[in-house]
Amino acid sequence: MSTTSVSKGCFVFKPNAKKKRSLTAEDYFTGCSGRAENSKVRFGICQNLWDRIKSETEALQDELNRNVLDSLLDLARKCSSTHRSSDWASKMRASEIPTAALVLGVNVPDHDMTFQSLSELLQQSVTPHVASVQANECATLKHLMKKVLEKLTGAVVDEEDDDEEETEQMSAQLHRSAHCSFSTLCDWYNTKTRKSSSGTPGKKRSSPSKDEPPRPPVVIIFKDLEAFNPKVLQNFILICSLYIERLPLMFIFGIATSPSTVQHMLPHSVSSLLCIELFQSLSCTQHLATVIDKLILTPQFPFKLNAKVMQVLISIFLYHDFSVRNFIKGVQLALLEHFHSRPLSVLCCEKKEAVQNLLQLSHQDLERVRQLPSFKRYVEELDRQEQVSLSSDDGHLKDVCLKLIKKLHKYHKNYYPVLRCLHTLTCSLPRYPLGKQIRELHLICLESNVWESEDYQSALKLLKMLAKDELISLLQKCAEILQAVKSKKMKRAFVQLEELLDKFKQLDTAAETVSSVEEIVTSPVRNLQKKTDLFQLQKTLLEMNESRRSKRLSPFEVLRNEALEFIEGLVKNHLFPPESQTLYEVCYYSSSATVRRHLNATPRTSVQAALSSPYYYIQNDKLKAEDGSVSNAAPDICIAYKLHLECGRLINLYDWLEAYSTVVSAAEGKDPDSEDFGKVDEVKHARFIRAVSELEFLGFIKSTKQKTDHVARLTWGGC
Amino acid sequence: MTSLLEQPGYDEEKLQMVAEQLLCREDQAGLLLSLMGQPQQYCYPSIFIYGHQASGKSHVMHVMLKELELPHAIISCVECVSSSLLFELVLFSFFGSEASSLLPRSPSLSDFVRIYRQQCLQAPATQTRYIVMEKAELLRDADANLLPALLRLQELDNVSVILLSEISWDKFRPNTGCFEPLLLHFPDYSKGDLHQILSQDSHPKYSDDFYSSYINILLGVFYTVCRDLRELRHLVRHTHTHTVKETDTHKLWRNIEPHLKKAMQTVYLREVSSVQWEQMQQMEEKEAGALRGLSAHTHVELPYYSKFLLVAAYLASYNPARTDRRFFLKHHGKIKKTNFLKKNEKTSNHLLGPKPFPLDRLLAIFYSVVDSRVAPTASIFSQISSLVTLQLLTQVSHDDQLDAPKYKCAVSLDFICAISRTVNFEIVKYLYDFL
Repeated sequence: MSTTSVSKGCFVFKPNAKKKRSLTAEDYFTGCSGRAENSKVRFGICQNLWDRIKSETEALQDELNRNVLDSLLDLARKCSSTHRSSDWASKMRASEIPTAALVLGVNVPDHDMTFQSLSELLQQSVTPHVASVQANECATLKHLMKKVLEKLTGAVVDEEDDDEEETEQMSAQLHRSAHCSFSTLCDWYNTKTRKSSSGTPGKKRSSPSKDEPPRPPVVIIFKDLEAFNPKVLQNFILICSLYIERLPLMFIFGIATSPSTVQHMLPHSVSSLLCIELFQSLSCTQHLATVIDKLILTPQFPFKLNAKVMQVLISIFLYHDFSVRNFIKGVQLALLEHFHSRPLSVLCCEKKEAVQNLLQLSHQDLERVRQLPSFKRYVEELDRQEQVSLSSDDGHLKDVCLKLIKKLHKYHKNYYPVLRCLHTLTCSLPRYPLGKQIRELHLICLESNVWESEDYQSALKLLKMLAKDELISLLQKCAEILQAVKSKKMKRAFVQLEELLDKFKQLDTAAETVSSVEEIVTSPVRNLQKKTDLFQLQKTLLEMNESRRSKRLSPFEVLRNEALEFIEGLVKNHLFPPESQTLYEVCYYSSSATVRRHLNATPRTSVQAALSSPYYYIQNDKLKAEDGSVSNAAPDICIAYKLHLECGRLINLYDWLEAYSTVVSAAEGKDPDSEDFGKVDEVKHARFIRAVSELEFLGFIKSTKQKTDHVARLTWGGC
Repeated sequence: MTSLLEQPGYDEEKLQMVAEQLLCREDQAGLLLSLMGQPQQYCYPSIFIYGHQASGKSHVMHVMLKELELPHAIISCVECVSSSLLFELVLFSFFGSEASSLLPRSPSLSDFVRIYRQQCLQAPATQTRYIVMEKAELLRDADANLLPALLRLQELDNVSVILLSEISWDKFRPNTGCFEPLLLHFPDYSKGDLHQILSQDSHPKYSDDFYSSYINILLGVFYTVCRDLRELRHLVRHTHTHTVKETDTHKLWRNIEPHLKKAMQTVYLREVSSVQWEQMQQMEEKEAGALRGLSAHTHVELPYYSKFLLVAAYLASYNPARTDRRFFLKHHGKIKKTNFLKKNEKTSNHLLGPKPFPLDRLLAIFYSVVDSRVAPTASIFSQISSLVTLQLLTQVSHDDQLDAPKYKCAVSLDFICAISRTVNFEIVKYLYDFL
């Protein structure tokens, strides 16, 4: 940069405002991969998909919580109405604070959304006065009071006029005066209600029976009851009970464990001030099942997860956190990674769009298609001429890809209904050979051909033993599933199934033949009772077995076998794993290691990896070492770490220093025979001390009082 | 009755009103009144009233001060999170909002005294002013100079401080010494008193006699377990619905006995809320069993590894550390229980309660208890801290201590048995107490 100044000096240049454009998500997305055009399209698709997934899950969450939230709202409304009425019973209850104990399960990260929608609903339909508090911001009673007051009064000011300055003034006033008491709140509430009632004179006239202004309840939500300091909570409730006459308060306790925690936290003298009603929300496993049902097991979203990624996400859910929100976050991560790292993911969208994108693929992209393993497999099966034209003619390749993409979409359309059918048939079998939840069956199907597995065979055997009415009801459920699908094959299957069901119904009319068969079966059993010889017994049993196998099947059994064969045909035709499909890579995200690394981080393992093989992180060729040893030139902390692994539980600091200095001297290229080789000079000493303190900071060693000049290795340090 | 509440300087009618409202507390009220003297006379500087919960301390003070229209400030010490709030409330109720706004941002006691003096000069007391401190036991946790100062506040003006507490004065006395207040004890209500008080708020539907016999029956059932007036009143409210059907006093007992028994199990313990109880009564007997109390829900669903972490924590809390070798090492050899019994360990560890254990031990047991290999991921550690926030574990060492934190397991044996059953782990086999 230049100046017009003649004299020498320091000049300050302010950066241009234009240049300082902050990076958007899109820039980050497209930044790394060189070709902007394609990545922009991908970003668009990805964003679009994510928005859909997000809105879908939010709607789902609202739907699932509706029951609980509605009854909570009812309680809030009731509590505002009882405060006014003056009959005998309600007069006596007035001193109790109405309280809702909302049991939400241990998946604490999910609760935020529930409380968010709860307070929104309350504000919309019952009362504008809602304050929700969290334990970590209310360590003492004073803080709790301040938070409650701020949230109640501050929020209302926001609502009334958008002037931000006034809000600040208001809150500043609140801070300045130590008026953090409930009497302030009462005054505020009274002016509030009076103002609102005088502000709407029309309404007042329409309801002449009430001359009192409406008194909406003041709702205080304790998001995480367990984490609150019991003493603080007790005092707060005591204070609130003093004001319940003047202020229609209501509490909502968010409970993560079990409702009995209320009794553990509050002594009888305090809990007797509350009128607790219990609300139980849906369990998180059910929630996950619905999310998977709506998000994963549907052809609606073209983006898919392969078996391993699904496995990782589900096991994080089941083993670690029970959090649906984290599950969805995992899906989001996979989505982003997929669209970010794979250029061919442009094709992962709705059919029409995919076709369009396909036509615009560049030569480079088509080369990528040719490199796909599934496509290679496909090509190998074709004849010579076709192979040549596919590898040289881009136009032809596009045509073929078009067909393949359409086929992939069709596959998805048929896969899910058949999966649901198979699940309805097998989910109630004893010992659940194919899993209780549909996600388990989905995982099996994603991994391999389901009909080849042993579990499938045993499930089929069990199905063959089903009684008539059970089988019919199951088949009817399947028919319902198939009916809803708009695909030719499924429609045909539906017609076939209907025919089968009709045949079952006709059986009832021709039931007489069954009895004759039974007679034949029972006759050898009758013979059996006479015989006592072991050999004879064995013989007759074998005979019985033979006869049973060879015996003429009853019409019901014939029909049952027919039905099951039909089902098996469906399974074999539609439930093969996605890996068998050509171009499946376009839609399926398969890098489970990435997902695991991001979501289920192992800090200690990576620290150890960094210390024992610094080459991974520093990428300096000098540091490469073959047999797991650390090169001399590695950073000091790596050398110190390596040396400390060779020691026992207690490490002599001086020995350690000596060893360190020998290694470092070798790295400096000094002659091993010279006198000052391995001698500790000040610099080395300082470097060593720093390395040791770094190790201590990382938690590998700690100072000990057992022995002077020693440090102790911690149990989980190395090995 | 009125003879007890006779004091020159007060209106006869008002005294009559007070006497009517203070059933069974006439003696105490009379004594108080004679202490207070005439409105303009100086009272004793400070009076300390103590008695059990619901023995009418606050009620007596409220009624007397309100009905006799004496200048007063009633302050609950729970509410006064800081002493500034206390000063503000006192100044506000005696001199109005202008006086209370004179207080600086975080006022000290001397600020309060200064402003009080100032205001007194402008508006000298014509009658004795009263400051009533409810739940005075909390004053002990406040600033050390607050309680002694309150006790001798009369040196400023014609003002008396009345302290109400459930604890006797012996536990209050600050070690620096202070002005001794006048002690006044409120004894518990007797059965007769309770009967008299409860019969007072009779339901408009019934005759007084009938209601009083109903109260009699109720007291007969509950008096042995509960003498708290508030609780009894709560019970009366929730059992009265059954009396609606009966009007004959003799049949009453037979009719309501089962309901009273049920109420003893649920309403008294606040297992169900009053609204739910009313709904339960409306549903009648057929469905009444469906409603379960608060403590019936003890089941907690936890992630798989959290369950094992909790099991490991339980084992670490209730087994002596020496015995870990025996339980979790494959080739531990045969060690009999008697061999490593120490003298003090002969008593059951379960009777002694959970013992603290370091994080290392918890993880070591966890890894040997879980059947599969588990990577030491960040989420395992975060599960430990979330167990702490759920109050299933408690952290013994201070929050700031990052190095080797110590925990205790805070769940019961029944709970852990239920948890370990869901993961097919026989915890009893691993507990030293049940060896």
